[in-house]
Amino acid sequence: MSHDKKQAALDEILRSSGVDVRKCMRCGKCTATCPAFDEMEYHPHQFVYMVEKGEIEKLAASPSIFKCLSCFACMERCPRQVEPAKLIEAVRLSVIREKGANHLKPEQVPALLDEDLPQQAITSAFRKYSK
Amino acid sequence: MQRIGVFICHCGTNIAATVDVKAVAEALGREPGVVFSTDYQYMCSESGQTLMRDAIREHKLTGVVVCSCSPRMHETTFRKAAEKEGLNPYMVEIANIREQVSWIHKDVAEATEKAIILGRAAIAKVHLNKPLKAGESPVTKRALVIGGGIAGIQTALDIAEAGFEVDIVEKEPTIGGKMAQIDKTFPTLDCAACILTPKMVDVAQNEKIKIFSYSEVESVKGFVGNFKVAIRKKARYVDEEKCTGCGICTEKCPQKKVPNEFNMGLDTRRAIYIPFAQAVPKVATIDANYCTMMKTGKCGVCQKLCGAGAIDYKQQDTIVEREYGAIVAATGFNPMKPTQYNELGYATCEDVVTSLELERLMNAAGPTAGTLLRPSDKKHPHTIVFVQCVGSRCDAENEKGKPYCSKICCMYTAKHAMLIREKYPDTEVYVFYIDVRTPGKNFDEFYRRAVEQYGVHYVKGQVGKVVEENGVLKVQASDLLSGEQLHIDADLVVLATAVEPDKSARSIATMLTASMDTNDFFTEAHAKLRPVESPTAGIFLSGVCQGPKDIPETVSQASAAAAKVIGLLAKDKLTCNPCVAESDEMLCNGCSSCEKVCPYGAITYTDKEFRGPNRTTLIRRVASVNPAVCQGCGACTVACPSGAMDLKGFSNRQIMAEVDAICKM
Ligand SMILES: Cc1cc2nc3c(=O)[nH]c(=O)nc-3n(C[C@H](O)[C@H](O)[C@H](O)COP(=O)(O)OP(=O)(O)OC[C@H]3O[C@@H](n4cnc5c(N)ncnc54)[C@H](O)[C@@H]3O)c2cc1C
Ligand code: SF4
Ligand code: SF4
Ligand code: SF4
Ligand code: SF4
Repeated sequence: MSHDKKQAALDEILRSSGVDVRKCMRCGKCTATCPAFDEMEYHPHQFVYMVEKGEIEKLAASPSIFKCLSCFACMERCPRQVEPAKLIEAVRLSVIREKGANHLKPEQVPALLDEDLPQQAITSAFRKYSK
Repeated sequence: MQRIGVFICHCGTNIAATVDVKAVAEALGREPGVVFSTDYQYMCSESGQTLMRDAIREHKLTGVVVCSCSPRMHETTFRKAAEKEGLNPYMVEIANIREQVSWIHKDVAEATEKAIILGRAAIAKVHLNKPLKAGESPVTKRALVIGGGIAGIQTALDIAEAGFEVDIVEKEPTIGGKMAQIDKTFPTLDCAACILTPKMVDVAQNEKIKIFSYSEVESVKGFVGNFKVAIRKKARYVDEEKCTGCGICTEKCPQKKVPNEFNMGLDTRRAIYIPFAQAVPKVATIDANYCTMMKTGKCGVCQKLCGAGAIDYKQQDTIVEREYGAIVAATGFNPMKPTQYNELGYATCEDVVTSLELERLMNAAGPTAGTLLRPSDKKHPHTIVFVQCVGSRCDAENEKGKPYCSKICCMYTAKHAMLIREKYPDTEVYVFYIDVRTPGKNFDEFYRRAVEQYGVHYVKGQVGKVVEENGVLKVQASDLLSGEQLHIDADLVVLATAVEPDKSARSIATMLTASMDTNDFFTEAHAKLRPVESPTAGIFLSGVCQGPKDIPETVSQASAAAAKVIGLLAKDKLTCNPCVAESDEMLCNGCSSCEKVCPYGAITYTDKEFRGPNRTTLIRRVASVNPAVCQGCGACTVACPSGAMDLKGFSNRQIMAEVDAICKM
């Protein structure tokens, strides 16, 4: 990825998540909390650090983004209000959107269903948009 | 017409980098009355002051304007220099072109313009300045120390050592504070009681020191050198003069189920109690919330047993009025109770404790007589997990915690881990840390000993969850260096919780008109150069009430505060601020508005005779200000409906002249 594109991807994640990665003091409370730790390749504190370093592509390619349960425990407990789950969600959404035209016909859905596919994305959306 | 000299300071590059100082000197040189105007690199330096003094002499100046830093920094410096040349010091005015101009503006043209405007305002004021003479007020040669922890104890001992009287007001039944609860102390591991209790005895025996225990400050009036303080001695239902401290009542009282706060609620005490064996004063106190006699009128056991006849169920709170020259705040701290962290299980699991609770569990005089047993089943714990930074170092937006580092917990956690490994080598000890912060003499060596000599497992990471299952504390944590999530079966979890200023500190600060930061720590007059004084004259700071610190630092600061108090009490008289209010009797209509707003009680009224029309005499009630009491706050000048009240040095005319100068472009 070109430098500009990499920067644009980073800016987009920071913008859509609203997360200030510089606030992270690398305490590891998020990773200590995370119930999906064992399933994940990258853990919440690494997510924050990787975004800080601009490694969006690497994160987007990792299955970890679909392993996050959107339980938001890391957000609730982060002492520095970094809220890693918001970053994970932002990357996840950007990947989902990448898939492009979401003009799925209902009959196409069953074939696409996959055990790993994001119920959590739906859960997350509900939680995010509830009052 | 005044002959005014204007001096523009560069303050190195602090001012000169943003303000065109030459242009300011030139512009102000053209102002009416200005006979001399120049700029100089450092006006406050010896040669800067000489420059000013020479100009006063050569140009026969009657007024001076220095455009420099805040008057809080150097107003006194420049006034003293002018005085040496025979100029009245109050003929010198400062225009603050550093804090109010160069430090807050970026654009040179804009900053220069503003500096000129502020200079003009100061010149306009000097035109109306009158020579003022400072009066004097006496100093009451006694100090008050609020809080009897190690900070208050040390400050009081040092002041008494210099020969002055000191009172300690302590809200608990005994002095000693947190240090009395601690087992051993880092970095030398000497027993806290062994080094503290002799000092407490010294306090009790010192003729110059009076302890008001179980007492609180009710109100503070007056000002530096002349404070009047009302102290509430809470009813302890025991006559302090008669009680011998034999303790028979505390053994025989049938009400045994009172949570013992000295042991952090880990055991119980009686309704009548002496907090610990070495308490000072060693006098019993009845806890009215639990005493059966107080609640039902039946019992009276202690009264029957007390050979000294000290029990008095009818005792009332009493108010004692005392006068002081100086007041020291030494209200200390409390470790945060971490009930807001559900995930850490403090509220739900008995075996999740705070570090101060652990101190009691390890203390020979504690609830387990010094054998480390966990609270739930009184068994010896074999795996112990320590969590650092609980409630400290949180984001400012975080509602659960504090933004600061509590400073002492890294060291006391290393101490706990080491002491446990020393006494119980069969115990595995884990410490979860974010950073290990051990600056201080012999401090890092101390922490390394915990790791290298005592084999304490230091893990870079945090604990995310603690749940109890069949008496085992299931700890889920991160190990960031190995990239693992750890699952530890622990017997005891110890939380190093944040230091919080005592809850009462805020109301004390309000009474003292001493400022506090957003975390309720007292603020110093200057963070670097006046660290033990409050910005309010006559108020000094000692110990953790000013910010987190350990015992060595607390004691140093306590002695420093004492030195400042001694410096004040050693004076017989204090020069008063001559910028005090004054009422114009011809305008005053005696309405009392000013008296109501004066926070220092400086205004009184007298009936005076005035000549009326046609040779009649009128008696009118008019205000008069006691210049020794007035602090020049100016509240009365604003309140006065007839414009009779005016502040010397800041008269309404002077202020209007400044405003006019600023508006006239
Ligand atoms: C678990 C733990 C372990 C520690 N271990 C060590 C160690 O090993 N070595 C070390 O150097 N330091 C240690 N410390 C730090 C040490 O406790 C403090 O540095 C010290 O106690 C500070 O003393 P202080 O007098 O400022 O405050 P405090 O000890 O809190 O004393 C303040 C006193 O003021 C009284 N007070 C408060 N408000 C009022 C009021 N409004 N009116 C009247 N009285 C009032 C309180 O009752 C109290 O008696 C430890 C702290 C903790 C929590
Ligand atoms: S929201 Fe996701 S990353 Fe955060 S704790 Fe839950 S599962 Fe883990
Ligand atoms: S909990 Fe917050 S501050 Fe701590 S490592 Fe995770 S994101 Fe960073
Ligand atoms: S009167 Fe109160 S304090 Fe005294 S013995 Fe009875 S319960 Fe205890
Ligand atoms: S002293 Fe250590 S444990 Fe305490 S808040 Fe600071 S870093 Fe955390």
